[in-house]
This record gives sequence, structure tokens and C-alpha cells, in this order.
Amino acid sequence: MPVSLQNSQLIYHALKSCGIQLLSALPETWLVHLIHTAEHDPQMTLVRLAKEEEGVGLSAGAHFAGVKSAMLMQNHGFLAAINGIVSFAHLYKIPLLMLISYRGTFGERDPWQTQGGNVTEPLLRAMNIPYAFLDAPASVEKRIRDAHTLAESSLQPVALLLTRDLMWEE
Amino acid sequence: MLRLDCLRAIYSDLEKCLVVTIMGALPAELQSLGHRPNFFYLQHAMGLASSTGLGLALALPHQRVVVLDGDGSLLMNLGALTTLARYKPKNLLHLVFDNESLLSVGGFPTATSTGADLEGLARAAGIPETSTVRTVEEFTKAVRHAISSDGLETIVAKVEASGPKAFVTDLSLLENRFQFRRHIQSLAAKTK
Repeated sequence: MPVSLQNSQLIYHALKSCGIQLLSALPETWLVHLIHTAEHDPQMTLVRLAKEEEGVGLSAGAHFAGVKSAMLMQNHGFLAAINGIVSFAHLYKIPLLMLISYRGTFGERDPWQTQGGNVTEPLLRAMNIPYAFLDAPASVEKRIRDAHTLAESSLQPVALLLTRDLMWEE
Repeated sequence: MLRLDCLRAIYSDLEKCLVVTIMGALPAELQSLGHRPNFFYLQHAMGLASSTGLGLALALPHQRVVVLDGDGSLLMNLGALTTLARYKPKNLLHLVFDNESLLSVGGFPTATSTGADLEGLARAAGIPETSTVRTVEEFTKAVRHAISSDGLETIVAKVEASGPKAFVTDLSLLENRFQFRRHIQSLAAKTK
């Protein structure tokens, strides 16, 4: 499977250096190495979800408890979590660090992923969610740190879009 | 059985717990008994009270967490039962008030009115301890037992579809949220 192990570990270590202790996740191809790494890390609480929206509640609960968390999801999972983001995270000013695999863009071969790619950024903009791309190894660590800093200072959701350039090797 | 009577019966038992509620009639009734800084009312995001309780319970394993859920809310996030059961936090009590109705929006019947069994769903999802109670005495006994013992439990309380006339209280959502977090921080400071 040509998902980049090296870049997945780069992302994981950047999350760890931000102090992330709880990770909620719903698997998808690009996220396999990240989830496996979390699974084998005794310092990380990995919560496997049935649906991504649950992750908003988990992160809110962790935030109330003073524990830093992040969410791993596909962009279709972001679509499935929208009500929770608006009617919990926005309404109650909950910081969310959302790592979203950006499927359905240039180079996508799976027909079923293509519609989600069209609407991801327009939705993020419509929801006033600050976002940036993880697209090159050299900038991963700083971008994750910056996203986390903004989420914590602004008490709002922020998104990092994991791109094909970073996640896929072939 | 009235939900308000149930809440009154366990009000003093909730003092040492972190409590997360759903929106609508339930938090209005709980606040009518007296707001406390350890109560968080999730006044939207239906279905996520249980997920919030799970986040709290996993992050604070030595703190008793009580989720006050409802049939309408739980039906919107049934998958959450499987996630609760997967991690089985020993410090989480999941209380579901089942009035077979979306009372807060006009009393439309939910699927529990046509036979959907929330306790059965919780048990089948893998929640280790489950029960259904129909009297305030049974309810109080079950909740006190659950709070004083270790283990994830779902208690379904069958209640009448009635509640207060108004749901908006003078506690703002953000005030509640910041007070709740500060309360948890003060607990952490005490245990250090």
C-alpha cells in the first residue's frame, strides 16, 4: 500500500510534540499508518469511532478535562460531522484540531471519492473554519503546531487537509 | 414516573459527579432543582452527550461521570453505544430518560413508542450492565448502586412525556461551558 509511512510518522510526531494525548479516528486508506502508530503508543488514548461526529463530543469532553486531542477523518467524515461542529464546537467555543484526508482531488482514481473533494473547501470557508494544507514534509511540523496554537487560542475548530502529495507514494 | 421526580431523587447523589445532559426539557428541569458548576448542559448537537461523557471519562479515569441522555438524542447516535461499549470506562454511568417522545419539539413519538428497546440495544452493543426501571424507587436504587460501583452501565428510565413549559434559563451557554471547565480544573488542583 503506497501510503507514505515516513510522512505519516512525521505527522504523528508533530501531534505528539503539541501534547496531543487523545486521538479519535475513523479509518480510511490514507490514515492507516497514523492509526497503527497511535494504537502502539501507550501514551496515546486512541478512540475508534462509529461515526466522525462522535469525535466532536470526545474532543469537547477531553478539552473540559484539560486533555489535548485531535481528530483523524476523511473529508467525507468531515461532512458527517458538520452538525456537531456547528452546534457544539462553534456554539460552545470548543477547540478542535481536525486532520482531514483530502480525497477526491486531482489524481483521484476512486470514483466514489470524487464528490467530497468538490465541496470540502467551499464548506470549510462557509463554516468560517481556518484551514491549511499538509502538502510537503518540510512544513508539516510547523503547520500542525500553528494550527494547534490557533485552535487553542481562538477556541474554535481548525482544519488541516492531508493531501495526496504528502500521503501517497507512487 | 416523572423525570423531574427522578432527578429530584438523585440530585444529591450527583454532587460529586461530572454531569452532562442533553438539550430541552431535561436541563430545564435539572436547573429548576438548582444549577451546580459540575453540570454541563449540551443545548444542541443531539446525540453527542454520551460521546462527551466518554471523552470526560477517558480523560479523567478517577472522576465519576454521569450522562443524562434521552430517547430522541440516543436514537440520533446509536453508534455511540458501540463506542462506549468498546472502551467500557468504569467511571461512566449512562442514564437514558425514555419518554417515547420528542417532547421539546411538540411531542412527536419516537421509535421507542413503537417498540424499539433502548436497553436491548445497549446490551447488544456490549454495554456490560443494563437495566430498565419504571418507578422512582427502582430508579434511585439503580442509580445509587451504579454510582457506588465500578463499571459502565446504561439505565433506561421509562418516564411520562411531560416537562416544563419553557426551556430557556438565565444561564448562558458559554457561561455554563467555562464554569464547567473551571470546576474540573479546580478538582484537578485539589488532588495535586
